[in-house]
Amino acid sequence: MSILVFAENWDGKFKKQTFELISYAHALSKSMNTTVSAISIGKVDDEELNKLGTYGASKVLNVTDCRLYTLDNKTFTMAIAQAAAKENSKIIVFAQNNTGKAIAPRVSIRLKAGLASGVIGLPTSYEPFTIVKKTYTSKALANVIVKSDVKIITLSQNAYGIVENPTTANIEHFSPEIADTDIKTTVIEVNKITGKILLNDAEIVVSGGRGMKGPENWGGIEELAQILGAATACSRPVSDEGWRTHEEHTGQTGKIIAPNLYFAFGISGAIQHLGGISSSKCIVAVNKDPDAPIFEAADYGIVGDALKVIPELIAAIKELKAN
Amino acid sequence: MKILVCISNVPDTTTKIKFLNNNTTFDSAGVQWIINPWDELALTRAIELKEAHAGAVSEITVVNVGLPTTEPTIRKALAIGADKAIRVNLDPKDAYTVALQLSEIIKKDSFDIILCGIESSDYNGTSVGGMLSELLDFPSVSAVSFIDIEGDQLKLKREIDGGQEIIGISTPFIGIVQKGIAKDARIPNMRGIMMAKTKPLQVVEPVSADLYTDFVSFDYPKAKASCKKVDPDNVKELVNLLHNEAKVI
Ligand SMILES: Cc1cc2nc3c(=O)[nH]c(=O)nc-3n(C[C@H](O)[C@H](O)[C@H](O)COP(=O)(O)OP(=O)(O)OC[C@H]3O[C@@H](n4cnc5c(N)ncnc54)[C@H](O)[C@@H]3O)c2cc1C
Ligand SMILES: Nc1ncnc2c1ncn2[C@@H]1O[C@H](COP(=O)(O)O)[C@@H](O)[C@H]1O
Repeated sequence: MSILVFAENWDGKFKKQTFELISYAHALSKSMNTTVSAISIGKVDDEELNKLGTYGASKVLNVTDCRLYTLDNKTFTMAIAQAAAKENSKIIVFAQNNTGKAIAPRVSIRLKAGLASGVIGLPTSYEPFTIVKKTYTSKALANVIVKSDVKIITLSQNAYGIVENPTTANIEHFSPEIADTDIKTTVIEVNKITGKILLNDAEIVVSGGRGMKGPENWGGIEELAQILGAATACSRPVSDEGWRTHEEHTGQTGKIIAPNLYFAFGISGAIQHLGGISSSKCIVAVNKDPDAPIFEAADYGIVGDALKVIPELIAAIKELKAN
Repeated sequence: MKILVCISNVPDTTTKIKFLNNNTTFDSAGVQWIINPWDELALTRAIELKEAHAGAVSEITVVNVGLPTTEPTIRKALAIGADKAIRVNLDPKDAYTVALQLSEIIKKDSFDIILCGIESSDYNGTSVGGMLSELLDFPSVSAVSFIDIEGDQLKLKREIDGGQEIIGISTPFIGIVQKGIAKDARIPNMRGIMMAKTKPLQVVEPVSADLYTDFVSFDYPKAKASCKKVDPDNVKELVNLLHNEAKVI
């Protein structure tokens, strides 16, 4: 028996999310008296693979089949299901991100395993296996019993955190059985922004709403983000108006994020916006309306003009950083 | 080509969520029901494709797994422009049951393009589309933000971290769509609403299924401690709190 983690890489590197999954699986494995295996698919070097040991993976199945360099839902599913069978895995853990959402449900059917998606922590009971997940766009939590022998979990980002559990990871080459005819998607072109902190990875996010008045006022938001090493975001109307790109839109119909710190400047705090950001550890709101609903979700707030507050905030943070 | 759009019937996005019977059942009193936002965008794009490729796309069907109470939502989809609808008469208890019922519908009739939303805003399963693809052994692409028909191939955009991929795929296939797939959802016009009344809505009885998961009860997220207000003339104090108290900068 084991716990299997899908250790996703991005251009050959793991991210915080990957290490969070291993840390989480390690805690599960302690309670269930078993070990953690990881499966990596793609071109990742041994030094990077070894990092999985730091967080508690004692085995890594390394799939280097070049046909799987780009994501194909079906063949990734086949590879992971075969790894789960080989490792006799009773629980398979994915991240609740684009890739996890694409593959975990497919794997669940292939293995006849119940799926709990968007889970926010360790099981609250092992017998029966009960776990808490987000529902109603984070407006409620559900206690879900997974009844099948094999179980699949997708873990919400930043729900557990990173914990070091140093172990030596045994790296093993793994060649899943996949026929050329199983591959149905062809990636024709990849367009990526480089050198920018991605919204999903950012520890700090600086976000602006319609209260910022217009795209010409985003200089302050950009500067604040730059000095904090933060990503920039916006509310939906801001991206709908074309003030900012759609990539930045957070909320129920945009990106769902959970940074350590979220700044909301001139954002009213509509329920659909909160759906995407309410899991942030700390929320700071600046809004000139004292009754704006954002203050109900915020930890710290300033009732005032964002356009005035931002430059002062930049100055104060620069001062802090200088000391 | 025939397009199937899977639509989920969900509480309006502004609904205050409440539960009854020791937090075991959703309180639907006074709740407005809508087409799940992504499904509505998927349907909009399906209609745009039919308009742009009149020869290629012959028919758009919508399907919902739900009790008779979901019919107003289904009629709205017909009013927006779907040609016909199917309702599987079952209260959907989890993603697997829904996917299984949908797979039976698709096995009986052949569809070339099947569209699901990335998630339904009630159970937030993010599961049905993927499960359905595996049940049917169809290729699937998730996080799709653009779709177009090019000859007998489809051209898609898939959102990835920090960018997009352009993907080619042939039918039949399942597209799991998100924001971007259509700009705004279509609003039904008067003519659409009138026509919807007479468009076919077929009711199908469900097949039996074993559930793998059981939503036993619900909780409310922990309430936030109240917001600490800082004087707008003392922005330094905010920085001080973020640094020393919250320890986030
Ligand atoms: C199905 C559906 C899905 C949706 N999904 C999303 C989503 O994913 N994300 C999202 O963001 N929205 C979403 N919305 C829209 C949402 O309902 C709100 O309309 C939107 O979030 C409001 O954006 P806003 O706060 O920027 O603008 P507004 O609501 O216009 O608020 C502007 C705020 O700025 C304040 N303000 C004005 N001037 C200043 C100033 N000088 N300084 C400081 N404060 C100032 C005002 O007091 C006000 O509170 C969705 C809506 C629907 C129906
Ligand atoms: N009851 C249902 N009937 C038809 N389609 C559904 C139903 N529930 C979910 N779906 C489809 O599956 C998608 C994802 O839902 P979920 O996995 O529940 O988050 C939705 O956007 C719909 O396209």
